[in-house]
Amino acid sequence: MYVRHLQLGSFRSWEAVDLALTPGPTVLVGRNGQGKTNLVEAVGYLATLGSHRVSSDAPLVRHGAAQAVVRAALRKDDRELLVEVEINPGKANRVRVNRSPLPRPRELLGLVKTVLFAPEDLALVRGDPTERRRFLDDLLVSRTPRLAGVRADYERVLKQRNALLKTAKLARGNLATLEVWDGHLADLGGQLLAARLQLAADLDPFVTAAYEGVAGEGADRARLGYTSTVPLAGDGTAFLPGIGVPSAAELTAALARRVEERRKEEVDRGVTLVGPHRDDLVLHLGPVPAKGYASHGESWSFALAVKLACFALLRADGEEPVLVLDDVFAELDAGRRTALAEVAGTAEQCLITAAVAEDVPAALRGTRVQVAAGTATVLPAEVDGPVAAEEAGAHG
Amino acid sequence: MYEGAVQDLIDELGRLPGVGPKSAQRIAFHLLAADAADVGRLVASLQRVQAEVRFCSICFNVAEAEQCRICRDPRRSLDTICVVEEPKDVVAIERTREFRGRYHVLGGAISPIEGIGPDDLKVKELMSRLMDGSVTELIIATDPNLEGEATAAYLARLVSPMGLAVSRLASGLPVGGDLEYADEVTLGRAFEGRRRI
Ligand SMILES: Nc1ncnc2c1ncn2[C@@H]1O[C@H](COP(=O)(O)OP(=O)(O)OP(=O)(O)O)[C@@H](O)[C@H]1O
Ligand SMILES: [Mg+2]
Ligand SMILES: [Zn+2]
Repeated sequence: MYVRHLQLGSFRSWEAVDLALTPGPTVLVGRNGQGKTNLVEAVGYLATLGSHRVSSDAPLVRHGAAQAVVRAALRKDDRELLVEVEINPGKANRVRVNRSPLPRPRELLGLVKTVLFAPEDLALVRGDPTERRRFLDDLLVSRTPRLAGVRADYERVLKQRNALLKTAKLARGNLATLEVWDGHLADLGGQLLAARLQLAADLDPFVTAAYEGVAGEGADRARLGYTSTVPLAGDGTAFLPGIGVPSAAELTAALARRVEERRKEEVDRGVTLVGPHRDDLVLHLGPVPAKGYASHGESWSFALAVKLACFALLRADGEEPVLVLDDVFAELDAGRRTALAEVAGTAEQCLITAAVAEDVPAALRGTRVQVAAGTATVLPAEVDGPVAAEEAGAHG
Repeated sequence: MYEGAVQDLIDELGRLPGVGPKSAQRIAFHLLAADAADVGRLVASLQRVQAEVRFCSICFNVAEAEQCRICRDPRRSLDTICVVEEPKDVVAIERTREFRGRYHVLGGAISPIEGIGPDDLKVKELMSRLMDGSVTELIIATDPNLEGEATAAYLARLVSPMGLAVSRLASGLPVGGDLEYADEVTLGRAFEGRRRI
């Protein structure tokens, strides 16, 4: 699929912008702070209903405006797809597809597929488990939209159950309804866990291959693992793809048992201690986890490999996602740039942001969009020279 | 903390469902600054609701007398009770014309986030209605969302020693939704196809 047209209203720094896009690579160039990332952030929002930079919607709305609008025309399987999202912080967002409103925004998830790689992705390797869980769940939902409901319900059950545990902690007893929530927790948690493990298993070979491509011959082998608060096999809580993924029903049963075992502890602490919300995706590099061990360069390579693996996985699923590369070329050395450019060159559409066009490998510098002073202009090929010279001063 | 009367108002408002401490404060100061006439109207309407609207002493539906219209209707069968969350759900089910028994209005669903447990609902009252043995079937028609399901599961467990036929509205209702928003046909069908639990 590719984005044919992007229109923003009061989104981030953009009061209004109207941008025609084409298949293949497009480089958005312009000085720092001109709104390049803001443009691709909007594209990412259509895929995940979230930003790759912030966890709440409020910063996405232009300062002083009440709501933001992202509108895009996409080509998907040779059909035209019109998506419109109205972002209302603190209130329900509104989504329309081909002009008809969706009953719930989350029904959009899975329709627009993007893989976005940005400096923030370093947090996949170095950050908290929260980052990796969000990454896994976003990818899950993108591949299996039905799971958006499971994920939302799981989070709701968790809130309810924690609220109950907290009051139980204050006023001993009052646990008559805890078992009811335990049932929901185990049921939804088992489904979510099974889906995550299957995803880790599906993604693993792609991560290994992508890391090899990025880090070169002789580098350590990259693999995915998953540690769970739920016993996955016997007493083991660590999962390495290749063992075979337990069924959702088995995981639900295991989760229910574990909840019972830790009941006293949960009541004492007033919080749910068992379930996929406490799990972690582990990135292994050779014999050690990347987190805490990998060098700076290795961490970048791993983050890049994970995103390239997502791209390959979605592609293998049969749908070509839009590849978005935000401010990353300047951060990569020559070898990694080449590895990334090789994949990016094959994408149906690749949107790249860079302050300096020369940071982007020549093979990807097809279409250029100049971003400056609240406008985005597609550059005709002739003005290549002077613009490149002007940009050289904007590096920062 | 504020001076006596203001803090009392904030505390009272904070006890309302869906009103957190911040909102309570905001509403209180809004009322302080409001026109005396506006506040007077609010006070009067609260008092009128208090004086004129009441709940059926049997099923807790809204009623204009000691008992509601349905509980007073001799043609309604005594052996089936349909449990719902709110009076508006009674209206929705009545529209389908599928049900000829009586209701029991819980007054909400179990939701620890909002501090609502079984003791805050008309659960004890339901149990005492079931005690005399004339009721043989219980249909649980709480909303098709997490809180409704949790309430249904809790009730089903609670009444299981009584040997009643307990059923839940069949699927087909929009999941995550509210009973009152289901159209008549869907709701009627869900009623007909209710499944034993
Ligand atoms: N909600 C908002 N309202 C108004 N302006 C905003 C809002 N959010 C961000 N901005 C502005 O947008 C600018 C950043 O835009 P963006 O991150 O897209 O820059 P960029 O072109 O990618 O720059 P760089 O080359 O440094 O990555 C900042 O100047 C910031 O103040
Ligand atoms: Mg940027
Ligand atoms: Zn009544």
